[in-house]
Amino acid sequence: MSGTDLHDRLRPVIARGFRLQWEPVQSAHVLLYPEGMVKLNRSAGEILQRCDGRSTVAEIVADLERVFDRHDLFADVAAFLALARARGWVQLDYGTRSEP
Amino acid sequence: MSPPGPPLWLLFELTYRCPLQCVFCYNPIDFARYDQELETSEWLRVLHEARALGSVQLGLSGGEPLLRDDLEEIVAEAHRLGFYSNLITSGVGLSEKRLTALHAAGLDHIQLSFQDSTRELNDFLSHTRTFELKRRVADWIKAHGYPMVLNCVIHRLNIDHVGRIIEMAAEIGAEYLELANAQYYSWAHLNREQLLPSRGQLEAAERVTNEWRARLGERMRILFVVPDYYESRPKRCMNGWGSTFMTIAPDGTALPCHTARMLPGLSFPSVRTHGLREIWYDSEAFNRFRGQGWMKEPCASCEERDRDLGGCRCQAYLLAHDATVADPVCAKSPHHQVVVEAIERAQRTEVVERPLVFRRKEESIARL
Ligand code: SF4
Ligand code: SF4
Repeated sequence: MSGTDLHDRLRPVIARGFRLQWEPVQSAHVLLYPEGMVKLNRSAGEILQRCDGRSTVAEIVADLERVFDRHDLFADVAAFLALARARGWVQLDYGTRSEP
Repeated sequence: MSPPGPPLWLLFELTYRCPLQCVFCYNPIDFARYDQELETSEWLRVLHEARALGSVQLGLSGGEPLLRDDLEEIVAEAHRLGFYSNLITSGVGLSEKRLTALHAAGLDHIQLSFQDSTRELNDFLSHTRTFELKRRVADWIKAHGYPMVLNCVIHRLNIDHVGRIIEMAAEIGAEYLELANAQYYSWAHLNREQLLPSRGQLEAAERVTNEWRARLGERMRILFVVPDYYESRPKRCMNGWGSTFMTIAPDGTALPCHTARMLPGLSFPSVRTHGLREIWYDSEAFNRFRGQGWMKEPCASCEERDRDLGGCRCQAYLLAHDATVADPVCAKSPHHQVVVEAIERAQRTEVVERPLVFRRKEESIARL
């Protein structure tokens, strides 16, 4: 499986025990978990919002590029997801494609 | 001083009632005084007010929170409002049916407390036969898809069993184990002479913990917290007075931390008579130790004051009889000798004759 294939198949999802939500008081997305909260910057919030366990990394990138009218976001998204995974915020589901 | 942020972290101590009688209980010694618990509608109103202020984390503890039969209702409303809810329970009073209802209501997380793994000691320490039940509860928790988080309070009488505790935790599939030494407030302070471990015990326990960490790897994460008496700098208590945390006691008293109630000369407002916004931003009690303006020497000119904010006000009061001085755990505190002496006494080998005081209503009433 090549790297590109992998990004076509990986479906990131917010990790068990974490919850993403918009906080009006802080005007930011936050990630809530048992020991606390991370306040997210705008791009992190936009990416995590799309980690619904159904969209692949490639689809998330495509959607962000469409919404923000960019065409060079792949590296940034991949780097952020690697970091988010290392921190335990997201899990990567390797399942085969199954439309809801 | 810049204005404080919102009370991000809200703790509801739903009741001081509890089927257990832990000798290290963190509830106030005079808990029997406060038996007028808030009604469901009052807890729900506080949830709304807190959420409007920006609170996001909700801890539900007690006493034993499961003794409130409106727990499900409170969880459901918290979930609807966008709180991340965390139930802190001994598991006594939990049935599979109740857990299913709590799960359906949107409960996010459960922390199960565990007194010890050896049945006799456990029953002795908590004075009730709860050990088998915890095992069962752990199974239900996992079956509902929650991470299995165990918390075990460590002290002189159980610290030598740390290896066994870890083994048991692994056996029941805990993913996270917190071995937190008792903090010497309230009942634990009353029983401190019997509960403070020796240096040798602590070192042995940490060694055993590290061996288990190496053996278990990623399977179970273990956090080991030493008593702050053995540190030379105090902890940054509650992330700073009135900066992040707000506790609501069973009778509706709003507190900057769950032990603050013991501090003399402060009158803590009640949610029965005051709005939460006013309590958080304007009350004298929440402003009393905010920031650093209240500090005296050696804290006032200390280079480390931004880091620990002078430590814990309750500990200063308990050990130096003055809530406005440096936490005596700090080696720079003029009262540090009190801590040094307590530690020296903890190195003894003979058994202390004094009986343990169990957290019972009668013991509380006797001390009013
Ligand atoms: S520490 Fe023990 S006695 Fe105190 S509230 Fe918790 S379970 Fe009950
Ligand atoms: S003197 Fe006060 S501020 Fe300085 S380290 Fe000790 S407790 Fe902290």
